[in-house]
Amino acid sequence: MSAIAAACLVAVLYVLHQDVWFWDTARPFVFGFLPIGLFYHAAFTVACSVLMWLLVRYIWPAHLEPASEQRAPFPE
Amino acid sequence: MIPAAVVFAYLATALYLGIFAFRRSRQSDAEDYFLAGRSLGPAVFLLSLFGTNMTAFSILGASGHAFANGIVTFGLMASASALIIPVSLLTIGTRLWALGRRNGFMTPVQMFRDRWECGHIGTVIFVVQAALLVPYIIIAVKGGGTTLEAVSGGIVPYWLGGAIVSLVVMGYVFFGGMRGTAWVNAMQTSLFLVFGTIAFLVIAAGMGGFSAAIQSLADSPSTAYLLTRERISMLYFFSYTFIPLSTIAFPHVGIFCLTARRLGHFRKTVVLYPICLLAIWLPSVFLGVVANAAREVPIIEAKLAARAELASPALDSAARDRLRVVAAGDDVILRLMEGYAPTWLFAILGACVMAAVMASDSQILALSTMFTEDVFAFYGGKARFGQTVQVITGRVFIVVITLVAYVIALRVPQTIFEVATQYAFAGYSALAPLLVAALFWKQSTKWGALASTMWTAIAVLAVAAIQQSIPSPPPGAAAPVWSAFGADIITRTPAGAMVLGCLPVVPMTIVSALLMVIVSRLTAEARASQDTLARYFQGGAL
Repeated sequence: MSAIAAACLVAVLYVLHQDVWFWDTARPFVFGFLPIGLFYHAAFTVACSVLMWLLVRYIWPAHLEPASEQRAPFPE
Repeated sequence: MIPAAVVFAYLATALYLGIFAFRRSRQSDAEDYFLAGRSLGPAVFLLSLFGTNMTAFSILGASGHAFANGIVTFGLMASASALIIPVSLLTIGTRLWALGRRNGFMTPVQMFRDRWECGHIGTVIFVVQAALLVPYIIIAVKGGGTTLEAVSGGIVPYWLGGAIVSLVVMGYVFFGGMRGTAWVNAMQTSLFLVFGTIAFLVIAAGMGGFSAAIQSLADSPSTAYLLTRERISMLYFFSYTFIPLSTIAFPHVGIFCLTARRLGHFRKTVVLYPICLLAIWLPSVFLGVVANAAREVPIIEAKLAARAELASPALDSAARDRLRVVAAGDDVILRLMEGYAPTWLFAILGACVMAAVMASDSQILALSTMFTEDVFAFYGGKARFGQTVQVITGRVFIVVITLVAYVIALRVPQTIFEVATQYAFAGYSALAPLLVAALFWKQSTKWGALASTMWTAIAVLAVAAIQQSIPSPPPGAAAPVWSAFGADIITRTPAGAMVLGCLPVVPMTIVSALLMVIVSRLTAEARASQDTLARYFQGGAL
């Protein structure tokens, strides 16, 4: 995954956060008590975690650690 | 008094942890005191970094806001944060960590001074950052006072509760430094995740299941809006996505990024951060909403009556302020527990809420670190008096800043949510362009940084002036402050000020970014030297 693809995925989730489709409705109640708008954002939060896993997996800034470790004055 | 006794036992435990950490530390070593020797492991790093953000705001403030505004609270703060905070930790936090390791930085201002080759401009940034952090500490004092007053049944008054919590936090930060703070934060986060779940289930059972409560709210015209976002404009909702930008700009979060032993410790933190947010905010928001159905709890019934009375346009300003205090929902979670949980569980849950409230420790320690490094050490104090005096200075600063926050907390009338979003969050979001420019834009200059910083300070002062000078309108109304071309540019709302229907954070952040770009372009001759730019940008340095 390139940095551009990662940025696009973040942008897509940013847009999906603005969920106009559940704006004025409370029903259905998911599990019998969660208004759909609240459930959507809870699911959105889980989707964010999945995206973060992808970002950590594919665009992790690995170059930072070896470079800093080489010059680190701090003992492990 | 059983709940109060359990809470006091918890406070004593937190204090002991700080003193225990004090014994484990190298007591004259500034890096050990302020950064735990950059040695935190992955579990403590995740729990403490999350814990440092899980404050009175996310527990009491979230449920209080949801009590008055409904489910929108989760979308406003939690789900937007679930996207933006981990991304900023991944892109900015990891780079701060690497720079800290490489150059020995202990505060963001040290990095700014190095990156833009400036001295006094760094001091200006410190002053603005420090001033903006104080509101965050104030909300912790307010939360502490509210919690102790509630769990003691009013025997411990608000002012004394705030004072006790301030003293305990001051105590373990004073002794334990970053190590003590991290351990206490990790314990607090674990406790809250476990017992918060239990609270949710117990309150559900006490209310006869949440389905009936939600159904009753949906069926009543006066409460149905709490389950939708029909009273919130889309622009207002969108503007809240700017607020989480503040997190990485908070000095206590930036400083926490420096404490990880290895860069790899960020991995789990980035991935699990949204899940932790979900685990804390979803129950807080949901319980805040269903509290509107808990009319058999007398204090909640009184709040609902005060809210109904507030809607009257005939009220004068003093009566409205008095009713706002009664109607404020910052303590609704505690009232639900008091109403539906057995005493022993209420006691433990009260201690857990207290745990979240006490997360101001990181902010207090950050202020102390910033003062000793960015002012005391920078202006020669460390070279002249040594590290031992530097650590003592940091401890004295902790006492002073806690006292200042306590005195202000006794006088501020706004709810926790409002204090946080209007001042601390908005201000730090507007400072986020500094970090982005320093780490990713070679052409940025110290004058661009100064312009952004000064703009942020002026904008926060302007928002404060509007809120202080113009009385709060009734709920749902907005009073025009400045109109032009037939449109209301600035309005005063019950929650604060609005600009073109957005929170002030939107124009504050956009203008701050524009100023950074424009002023940096105009002062190209002040760009950092090639040596400095090479350290930051060449050969994959960042």
